[in-house]
Amino acid sequence: MSETELAENPNREKLNCGFEQIDPVFDDLMEEASALLSEQGVEDYLAGASLICMIGRGVEPVLSYLQDIPAMADHLGEEIVSLVSQTVWKFSRTINGKAIPVFLQTLPAVARRLGDIDALQSYFDIIFDMMDKTSVSIHGHHATIPSPSLSDLLEKMPYLISQLSLVNLKNWVDYGIRFYSTHPERQRDFFSLQSADSLAILQRERQGTLFYDHERKLNLYMQGLWDDDPQLVPYSLGFDELRKPVPYFDALGLRIPDVYDDTNDVSGIDRYRATLAHMAAHQRWTRPIIADNYSPFQRMAVEFVEDARVEYLAIQQYPGLRQLFIKLHPRPIEGACDPETQSCLRHRMAMLSLALLDPAHGYTDPDILEFVDRFHDAMANGESSTKNIAGIGLSYVARTRIQSDQLANIFFDDTEINYRDDNRHMWTFIEEGDEEESFDDNRQTQAEEEELKGLPPRHYPEWDYHSQSYRPDWVSVYEALHPSGKATDIDKLLDKHSAVLKRMKRVLELLKPQNYVRVRYQEEGSELDLDIAIRSLIDLKSGSQPDPRINMSHKHDGRDIAVMLLLDLSQSTNDIPQGATQTILELCQESVSLLSWSIEQLGDKFAIAGFHSNTRHDVKYHHIKGFSEHWDDEVKGRIAGMKSGYSTRMGAAMRHAAHYLEAQKADKKLLLVLTDGEPADIDVDDEQLLIQDTHKAVQELDQQGIYSYCITLDPNADDYVTDIFGNQHMVIDNVNKLPEKLPALFASLTK
Amino acid sequence: MNEEANTMTDTNQYLIKDEPFYQVQDDEVELYSAAYEARLPVMIKGPTGCGKSRFVEHMAWKLNRPLITVACNEDMTASDLVGRYLLDANGTRWLDGPLTVAARIGAICYLDEVVEARQDTTVVIHPLTDHRRVLPLDKKGELLEAHPDFQLVISYNPGYQSLMKELKQSTKQRFTAFEFDYPSAEVESSILQKETGINAELADKLVKVAGTARNLKGHGLDEGISTRLLTYAATLMDKGIAPKAACKMALVRPITDDADIRDTLDHAINTIFA
Ligand SMILES: Nc1ncnc2c1ncn2[C@@H]1O[C@H](COP(=O)(O)OP(=O)(O)OP(=O)(O)O)[C@@H](O)[C@H]1O
Ligand SMILES: [Mg+2]
Repeated sequence: MSETELAENPNREKLNCGFEQIDPVFDDLMEEASALLSEQGVEDYLAGASLICMIGRGVEPVLSYLQDIPAMADHLGEEIVSLVSQTVWKFSRTINGKAIPVFLQTLPAVARRLGDIDALQSYFDIIFDMMDKTSVSIHGHHATIPSPSLSDLLEKMPYLISQLSLVNLKNWVDYGIRFYSTHPERQRDFFSLQSADSLAILQRERQGTLFYDHERKLNLYMQGLWDDDPQLVPYSLGFDELRKPVPYFDALGLRIPDVYDDTNDVSGIDRYRATLAHMAAHQRWTRPIIADNYSPFQRMAVEFVEDARVEYLAIQQYPGLRQLFIKLHPRPIEGACDPETQSCLRHRMAMLSLALLDPAHGYTDPDILEFVDRFHDAMANGESSTKNIAGIGLSYVARTRIQSDQLANIFFDDTEINYRDDNRHMWTFIEEGDEEESFDDNRQTQAEEEELKGLPPRHYPEWDYHSQSYRPDWVSVYEALHPSGKATDIDKLLDKHSAVLKRMKRVLELLKPQNYVRVRYQEEGSELDLDIAIRSLIDLKSGSQPDPRINMSHKHDGRDIAVMLLLDLSQSTNDIPQGATQTILELCQESVSLLSWSIEQLGDKFAIAGFHSNTRHDVKYHHIKGFSEHWDDEVKGRIAGMKSGYSTRMGAAMRHAAHYLEAQKADKKLLLVLTDGEPADIDVDDEQLLIQDTHKAVQELDQQGIYSYCITLDPNADDYVTDIFGNQHMVIDNVNKLPEKLPALFASLTK
Repeated sequence: MNEEANTMTDTNQYLIKDEPFYQVQDDEVELYSAAYEARLPVMIKGPTGCGKSRFVEHMAWKLNRPLITVACNEDMTASDLVGRYLLDANGTRWLDGPLTVAARIGAICYLDEVVEARQDTTVVIHPLTDHRRVLPLDKKGELLEAHPDFQLVISYNPGYQSLMKELKQSTKQRFTAFEFDYPSAEVESSILQKETGINAELADKLVKVAGTARNLKGHGLDEGISTRLLTYAATLMDKGIAPKAACKMALVRPITDDADIRDTLDHAINTIFA
């Protein structure tokens, strides 16, 4: 490019940047800029580009800026022209300048999702905040090591911004910063959407109607309207950009997206219902047919008419479905596909499909009209069948076939009906592929393996007080039967406490349900209360107002309590506390034995479990006594065998215990937690975290109608136990007294 | 001294004058007639509002017998059934309970929801249900022989069954039993039409809504929508209330406070009455 040509455009001089790569495109860029920007805007634009040229990151960022800014300004306002260049400048002053190219590359996609300059500013704030907090600084001075994951984050940004609102994006980013700011590897996993919790948090933060928020409603929908109780399995739309997954069902359940946005005036929940209704209709009315005889085109046609048939039948049941389906069905435009250059078969099928659904389709094509009539004639006599209706699809392709159907250039516009499933259930193949067999084999061995491993873990959320939100499925609880020891050891222990037992017996006698209690002073009752009656009679005869409450009745006085005792079996229970001669664990064995004996006397429903943890991935929940078991040798054996180790992740154990209590039918439900210290685990540094989580668990239980009560042997428990249990707790200072205190406490709690 | 007052009970007041509409579903009318012929005690099991009471009323009318109905409840005692001494200005006075009245005048005595009563209350009916057909009025010192036309009918809803509310075997085994359920869709629709004058199309839709709720029984609903509630909805619609509003008021709101269930039923109504 010659000097003279350069001089032709005076603006080129205003762009203070010597890269020659700019020259050949400059005129075109300016043309667009002048069309979209004001004069001042163009000035700012060139100044901005000059600034970016100075940051020393080569020509790439300058070109990105020049190319993308006019359209962005058109959408977000002209002020962004300087804002962006200033921001890039600021960016270049950090140690993270390497990420500037990807920052600029992804900016247009981000901007398209944003509404105004304020939103753009907030977006920049999020990026800078993240940059700041993930760059490592040494000795509190300037950051010296760049953020390991900033580029990863920026690369994922177009996707993230399409899934999240800015607020949700910020939550998600903050989460990553908070938990992984000191782990470069995990930080990268998080921000590049590789780690499980990254995806889980993303899912939580997503806008739209989330499957998980409405799972029960959808199950009720299937149960109520379709009298079916299928497994609903959500899949994620986000990670396969090219081939968007489509709903489908197989033996393992109905697969549906994990999120639906509102579209065309249809709420997310109704889109779910439409999808489920369509699949339920298939399940009710579609019978598989043999695929081998048909060409792919023919199969497609058969699928379209079968979809129409089952929807027709569903609409007979639930007329409201018609409007719902119509709103979600694309409206292919007659004549939109050019049969000279494109394959129009899909387009023709989609038009027929709409015409079969919507009487107001407005098409004039005689073939469509004829086949709509033929379809309705077939349906007039009842349900028809997959096989019969297939004939209509086959004749439609045969009738309308043209040479260009074979073209590779298929016309797709308005032909994808996204609430429908992929119809894989509709076909059987005579030639069985060997893939399927090997798949079955695999599953079998898998199942066997799983059996060996014992029960699958149950996952529980954990409360994160920083963000005031749950970390979904954070903790894995494994349940197992506690190994047994010798039952006779426990009998010996009970003998040792025979004096306590005797005293307890008296207390328990008072607690025992008295079958009948007499209720006096009743106006109506089962019997005349003679004393009162005579008094009233005298009153009456002497002319004064008699008391009409001269009857008495009886009422049942029953106890209906379910109790769960949850034992902390962490390592510290092996200690011998001050002033004692036994380990805490041994004292626990004694007290638990006494308590179990007592409760057995009362006949209340009662279960015992122990727990300890070794990080969130491994919380062990030991089953010691089930509600249906009696205080027998097997249970005694398990108590005798009690062993301890590891840490105390209390919240998860309480949640797990609660799910057993919940299944019990009782007026009153009580969870007694016996512990010797505060909730803690080795993967948690912040003491407050598990304390707050346990407190949250107490609140959850309370909502389920379960009363939690903590008996702690930690003399320093006052510091935290009220934060967790409020005043529903008791600190036992003299541990030696525990065996006596525990049953007494129980008695007074349930009086 | 007050014996006369009791025996003079006006039998007519317990007679049912006009035929209560009852849609026969099966051979229950013949079976019941035969049971009455032999004066066998009858038990009718079935969910709430499925037509148990209506059936008994209909049979009483058909057999031209007086009908005395007692709604049982937890606080009910044996004296509430049998009778008790009351106090009046001259001292005490005996008043027959409804069971005693029925046994004296030869009525059909219908104990509705008998499991609600406590077991020690239910046992008073035992001597009336075996070959003795007597009712001992212990407090009064009278052994009442039941009138030859007397018959005992009880109803209960097995849906509520809990350990506490289960009839004793010794009670159960004194009765012949019918098992009622909500009628089939066609029958239920025709009941609604005859009972309320609503048209067939709307009646069919109402029954469909009920089906949805009945499918949800055990999934957060203790009971589905009863025939009784359907007649309420139909009546409202007959009075000019729009179907969706009538359904929500008569069918959904009464049976649940659970937001998800309400939402699902509302959706069902919207899509059925679209
Ligand atoms: N077979 C039927 N013929 C006519 N009406 C019926 C029939 N079944 C139900 N109904 C209607 O349902 C209403 C409720 O029936 P009914 O009062 O007999 O219920 P129920 O079974 O006794 O209920 P509950 O157990 O709550 O006492 C009746 O008032 C009537 O309108
Ligand atoms: Mg009744």
